[in-house]
Amino acid sequence: MAAPVTIPYARYSIESAQWWIGRALSALVAKAGIKASDIDGLCVSSFTMGLDSGIGLTQHFGLCVRWLDTIPLGGASAIAALRKAARAVQARDVDIVACVAGDTNHVDSFRLTLENFSRFNQDAVYPYGAGGANASFALIARNYMRTYGVTREDVGRIAVAQRANALRNPHALMKTPLTIEQYLAARPISDPIHLFDCVMPCAGAEAFLVMRDETAASLGLPVARLLSTIERHNAFADDPMQVRGGWAMDVGELYAMAGVKPGDLDVVQTYDDYPVITMMQFEDLGFCNKGEGAAFVRQHDLTIGGDFPHNTSGGQLSAGQAGAAGAYLGLVEGLRQVLGEAGPTQVKDATLALASGFGMINYDRGLASGAAIFAGPAR
Amino acid sequence: MLQRCEACGAFAYPAREACPACLSAGLAFVDAPRRGALLAETTARVPSDVYFRERAPWRIGLVRMDCGPTMVAHLHADCAEGAPVLMSFQLDKSGQAVAFARPEGETPNMADDRQWREMTADPKFRRVLVTNGRSLIGQEAVAALKAAGAKTVFVGVSEPWRPFAGEQLLRGQQGIEVVTLDAADEKSATDLAADIGGKVDILVNTTEYVRPGGLLDRRGTGVARDEIDQAYLGFINLAQAFGPAMRMRGADGVSSSAAWVNILSVYALANWPAFGAYSASQAACLSLSHCLRAELRPGGVKVMNLFTGPIDTEWFQTVPPPKVAPRAVAQAIVSGLRGGLEEIYVGDVAEEIRQRLAANPKALERELDR
Repeated sequence: MAAPVTIPYARYSIESAQWWIGRALSALVAKAGIKASDIDGLCVSSFTMGLDSGIGLTQHFGLCVRWLDTIPLGGASAIAALRKAARAVQARDVDIVACVAGDTNHVDSFRLTLENFSRFNQDAVYPYGAGGANASFALIARNYMRTYGVTREDVGRIAVAQRANALRNPHALMKTPLTIEQYLAARPISDPIHLFDCVMPCAGAEAFLVMRDETAASLGLPVARLLSTIERHNAFADDPMQVRGGWAMDVGELYAMAGVKPGDLDVVQTYDDYPVITMMQFEDLGFCNKGEGAAFVRQHDLTIGGDFPHNTSGGQLSAGQAGAAGAYLGLVEGLRQVLGEAGPTQVKDATLALASGFGMINYDRGLASGAAIFAGPAR
Repeated sequence: MLQRCEACGAFAYPAREACPACLSAGLAFVDAPRRGALLAETTARVPSDVYFRERAPWRIGLVRMDCGPTMVAHLHADCAEGAPVLMSFQLDKSGQAVAFARPEGETPNMADDRQWREMTADPKFRRVLVTNGRSLIGQEAVAALKAAGAKTVFVGVSEPWRPFAGEQLLRGQQGIEVVTLDAADEKSATDLAADIGGKVDILVNTTEYVRPGGLLDRRGTGVARDEIDQAYLGFINLAQAFGPAMRMRGADGVSSSAAWVNILSVYALANWPAFGAYSASQAACLSLSHCLRAELRPGGVKVMNLFTGPIDTEWFQTVPPPKVAPRAVAQAIVSGLRGGLEEIYVGDVAEEIRQRLAANPKALERELDR
């Protein structure tokens, strides 16, 4: 894994998704010091490409590839892209895969995405108050918080810590400090979801390259090694309401394959569409037991300088959610961390990172989940 | 109504094409047990859709049905987390069937719930126009709507100087206003709409023009013209006079314009040769009602068609029972409006025709020819 790039986000953009993806590809090529024609694999994710899929983009960008994928898994797209790309380069089907996600955000894009998100959503969610993901996750959050005795203050610690991290990220959309008092006093959006539990939809793009060690060596590129990944969809379908994600099914394999323990990780990047979902991931990814997420965040400092550096760029909550690029945000920032390129958000001596993804609230729960552990060259 | 797998019996929701328990394609909609429990609720305060933004905060929840599926549902204000609820599908303002959860037991003023009223066309607090007060059905409708809490019932009477039976039930009564209306006369309809068009929340079209006979036993088109004038063109006059204002007032507060009611013969669905030309005029009105429904939908105004068999009035004297009492029609109007329905069948004949038409339309056609 190499060349993490982020195209700085904009709250609204008059450009198309293809423009943002094009900027990311251009940045990838520049950063890796390769030619666009060296890219022989492409994996894209976007909500706002209109009728295009990956194949249309090859002609659009003048790429001739022998491996191509379009991944519509929302917040789990980056982990899925990484898994597929890694297997493809390992099998020598392809040498250099560009994994890229980008979305634009026109003034009405977000509402249109909500209205047309999925068939079940269109039939059986949107007509019920059109609260969008906020309302769907509000139901999950309310049940989770009641079941495990979690308070808003517990959840708020995650958002507040991420804002502190974001203040060091010059590209974060949120640029003012956030206190727990401000978090608690925020206006309700869909109880118990309040303003600072919500991400800011925006335009942006994120990308990275996947290749074999020897390819990277021949290009002289610093790389992170992929140690393990998991992916799971529609897990625990019999749970009446979602209190855990698919990670819980495969977490043992995640650490066993990597040969590390949760405590070995230097930096963790979870999928934070809502802080309560991050708390769920702390449990499901093995940092604490189910129901102990609140205690875990009370006992740890989640900021860059803390004992559990988490979502170091500010995450989607403070950097912004650029559609499908939101899936990539944590993974790309994690890559920068283990490559020692994170600049102002760099965690000292970070060499081992975990990034997770979560996505597709098709009806009443997020269906897709995934996670990856990777190590920098220093490890 | 939920889908149930014909192979394994599992219920499924949202609607889909294969059973999630056994992948069978045989998923039929059946009446499902209506009980469930409210797992979690939320109040959407900042909806993204303009309709709900206007009506926010809006309360929804996730209900686990006793029969299996979980359903996102609109919540009655008296629903509590953890408590049992009864589910029904209601037609929302866009005409879509949506799940609505109510408490299992009755609660005080249950029907006055703000979100429930958005799904229904309850006459309570509303102003209603009953178009023909000369008929028994019209008079019973006025009484039933008043009893249901309508704020004002306007009742149309043609040639008001001409006395008619039951007149004393309408004149001088609190909350009832007799107005001049001859639906078959375009000018009469337009004049009345100019006076009260902006105040009509529910219009109940009680136009009745029943004459026996089909084609061969009549000479010429005179009677058929009258049937068309009264029922079909009368409907058009009323729709053109009152429809536009009703459509514009569909979101006018909690007592907005809400519904248009047609009383149609069930023989609109299948011709009854003994009253064959009349059946045809009713079929024309039925077709027109679907057009009206589509045109009123953008304003969130429902069209309810009430199908009835022969009514116990003088023009059906020769028809043997069972016949429908005008009071039963009036009560069905109120219950249909309270439920926010689009179609309602009143009486045994109408219900039988409905079932037989669904079972075997050709057999019904043949059997009505007796």
